[in-house]
Amino acid sequence: MSNIILKAENISKQYRLGNVGSGTLRDDFKRNWARIRGKEDPFLKVGAVNDRSQKCTEDYVWALRDINFEVQQGEVLGIIGKNGAGKSTLLKILSRVTAPSTGVIKSRGRIASLLEVGTGFNHELTGRENIYLNGAILGMTKAEISSKLDEIIDFSGCERYIDTPTKRYSSGMTVRLAFAVAAFLEPEILVVDEVLAVGDAEFQKKAIGKMQDISQGEGRTVLFVSHDMNAIAQLTNRLIILEKGTVSYTGNPLNGIAEYLKDGESRNLLSFNATSLKPHLKSAVVKTSLANNVHLFGEELTFEFSIVCPSDVDNLALSFQIINGRDIPITHSWIFDADNEKSRKAGDYIMKCVFPNPKIYMGNYYIKIFLSNSLTKEKFQEVEAICDFKVKMFNTKRTDYSWKEGTCVYLEDANWKIRSL
Amino acid sequence: MKDQDEWLYEINAKQPLIDIDFKEIWRYRDLLYLFVRRDIISAYKQTILGPLWYLIQPLFTGIIFTLVFNNIASISTGGAPPFLFNLAGITMWSYFAQCLNNTSNTFASNAGLFSKVYFPRIISPMSQAISALFKLSIQLFIFACFYMYFVVKGSEIQPNSTLWFFPVLLLIVAVLGLGAGMLISSLTTKYRDFRILIGFATTLLMYISAVMYPISEVRNSATLAEYTWVVELNPIAILIEAFRYMTLSEGLFEWPLLTYCSVLSLVLFFVGLIVFNRTGKNFIDTI
Repeated sequence: MSNIILKAENISKQYRLGNVGSGTLRDDFKRNWARIRGKEDPFLKVGAVNDRSQKCTEDYVWALRDINFEVQQGEVLGIIGKNGAGKSTLLKILSRVTAPSTGVIKSRGRIASLLEVGTGFNHELTGRENIYLNGAILGMTKAEISSKLDEIIDFSGCERYIDTPTKRYSSGMTVRLAFAVAAFLEPEILVVDEVLAVGDAEFQKKAIGKMQDISQGEGRTVLFVSHDMNAIAQLTNRLIILEKGTVSYTGNPLNGIAEYLKDGESRNLLSFNATSLKPHLKSAVVKTSLANNVHLFGEELTFEFSIVCPSDVDNLALSFQIINGRDIPITHSWIFDADNEKSRKAGDYIMKCVFPNPKIYMGNYYIKIFLSNSLTKEKFQEVEAICDFKVKMFNTKRTDYSWKEGTCVYLEDANWKIRSL
Repeated sequence: MKDQDEWLYEINAKQPLIDIDFKEIWRYRDLLYLFVRRDIISAYKQTILGPLWYLIQPLFTGIIFTLVFNNIASISTGGAPPFLFNLAGITMWSYFAQCLNNTSNTFASNAGLFSKVYFPRIISPMSQAISALFKLSIQLFIFACFYMYFVVKGSEIQPNSTLWFFPVLLLIVAVLGLGAGMLISSLTTKYRDFRILIGFATTLLMYISAVMYPISEVRNSATLAEYTWVVELNPIAILIEAFRYMTLSEGLFEWPLLTYCSVLSLVLFFVGLIVFNRTGKNFIDTI
C-alpha cells in the first residue's frame, strides 16, 4: 500500500469541439454562473464518447472518462493506445500541464515529463546556458545542475558545441542535449512520451539503456508512452491500454501487446458486403496445421482468399504480407494475373496460396492483403490485420532445445560441416 | 486517514478560489533567476549596439517629445527643463508599459513551453517584471546623468524629501503593470480580441497618462478642465507625476491620490493573480 507513488482516481477530461466563438462565451457564462451558485458545472453532464471516426452532434467530448490506476514505486508503466485514445491528454494531466475536469491525482513525488524534449530551449542561448534553463524548467535547482553538468554534457555528446547557440545545432543534436538534461533529472516519477522516435540508432540505444538504468538501478518510477511495441516490451513491467478514453487493459505487457495488436478488427474470416463494383475480397482464411489458428513450425501453411470480380478485369494482382507481433513484415507473396491470363472474367474466385515449408519462427503473426491492378497500380482494396495465427515450435526441429520467442525472425536451412584439424 | 497526509501534492479538478503555493514558488526561485537572465541576454542578441538600445530608445523619444510638445505645442513644464521632464515621464511609462505588454503576452508567447512542462506559471510574469527592472535601472542612470548635466548648467531643479517613497512607487508601478497584464493575458487565451485591444490601448493610454504634460496643465486648461478626472483617475498618470515631484519638485504628490493608486493596484493585482492562476491550469485547452 505504502509503495503506491501515484494514484489517479476517476480522472476525466472534457473538451469542447469546434471553434471558439460566441457560443463559447455563452457557455462560459453558464459555467461561471453555476460556479458562483456553488453548483456543478452543467456541461460535465453532457459529452460524447471519444471516438474520432464517429460523427457526433454534441459540442463536448470526453477525451478521458473515469480513469483509475495506481503506480508502484520503481515501476515502469507502459501506456499504449491508438491515436486519439487519450494518451497524451492523460500525460498532460499527470504532468500538470492541464487540469482534469473531474477526479483527483495524488502523488508522492515530483513528476517531470519528457513530453517532446527540448521544450523551453531558447535558441539564442548556448548549449550550456540551455542546460541550466531547461534543467530549471524541469524543476532542478542551479546547484543540482552544476553538480551534474559534466555528466550531462558527456551524455549528450555535444561537448564541442556546448558554447554555441543551440540555433546552430542540428535537430538531432538538440534532441540529444535535451534528452541528456532530462535523463539526469532526478524526479521521483519520469514521464516519457515518444522521445525515442528521434535521434540516431546509437543515441536511441543509449537512451533506452538510460531508461533501464533509471527504472531498475535507481528505483525511479517511469511512465512510458510509445507506439514502439518493441521498446514497450523491453522496458515496461506493466501496461495500460487506453481505448476511446477509458482503460481497456491493465497488466502484463506482453499479453497486453498481443491483445492490442489483434484488437477488434482482426478476424480470420471476413465477409464484405458485395456492393462494390470493383474487385474485392469476400473472405480470407488461414489454414494452420492445428486448430485455433495455431501452427507448427515447418508444416504446410495455406491462405485462401475468396474474391469477387463484378465485371471483367485486367491485370488483377493479389498480394499479402505476413507481419509479426512487432509489426515487422516478414514475407510478401503475390499472384499477378498478367502471369496467367490477361483478362479475368466477372465472377467469384478462390485464390489459394500454399507455403509448403514455411520458415517463419515462433510467435504471433497476422497478414495484410492488397488487391490491385498490377499495371495501372490502381488499388482496389487493402485489408489490415486479419488472419492472426500463432507459430509454435514444440514437437518439431530439436525438441531438446528450449526455443524462445523473439530470438530470431525465421530459421534458415543450413549445412554445417565439421572437420577436425 | 494518515495515509492521505503523505501525498506530496494533489491535482484536483475542484479548485479553491485562491490556490497559490508559495512554497513551490520558492522552490522554483532558480528558474526565476534563469528566466530573468534569459530575457536580458536574449533581448539584444545578435545586435551590434546591444544594451545601448536601452539608452537610445528613451533618449530619442525624449528629444522628439521635447521638440513636438514643448517647442511646437509649447506645453509648460514649470521650472523643470522640458527634456528632463519628458525623460522622467518616459522612464516611468516605459517600465509600466514593458511590464504590461510582456505580461499580457505570457500565455500566448509561452504556449509551447506551458503545454509541455509544469512549473508555477506565475514565475513567468514575475520574471518579466524583474527583467524590466534591469532596463529601468539603465534608464534611471541616464536620467541621473542628464539631471547632473542640467544641475551643472544651472537649472533650478532639486530632489524632494518625498524621494524616500521612490521604491514604493516602483513597486506600485510593477504591481499595477503585472496585475493588468496577468488579467489581460488570461482573457487573451480564449478571446483573442484582447490581444488586438491591448496593442493600441497602451499607445492611447500613454496620451492620458501625463507622460509629456503635467496634470496641472490639464487642470488649468480652459477647454479641458472638466476632463481632468480622466487623467486624475488614471493611476499611471498619478505615479508619473509623483515621480516628477520627488525628483524635479515639479508635479503632483497628493497622498489621497497615491493611496487610491496603491489600493487600485493591489486589487487589480490580486484579481489578476487569481484569474491568471485559474487560467494557467487549463489554458492549454483553449489557446
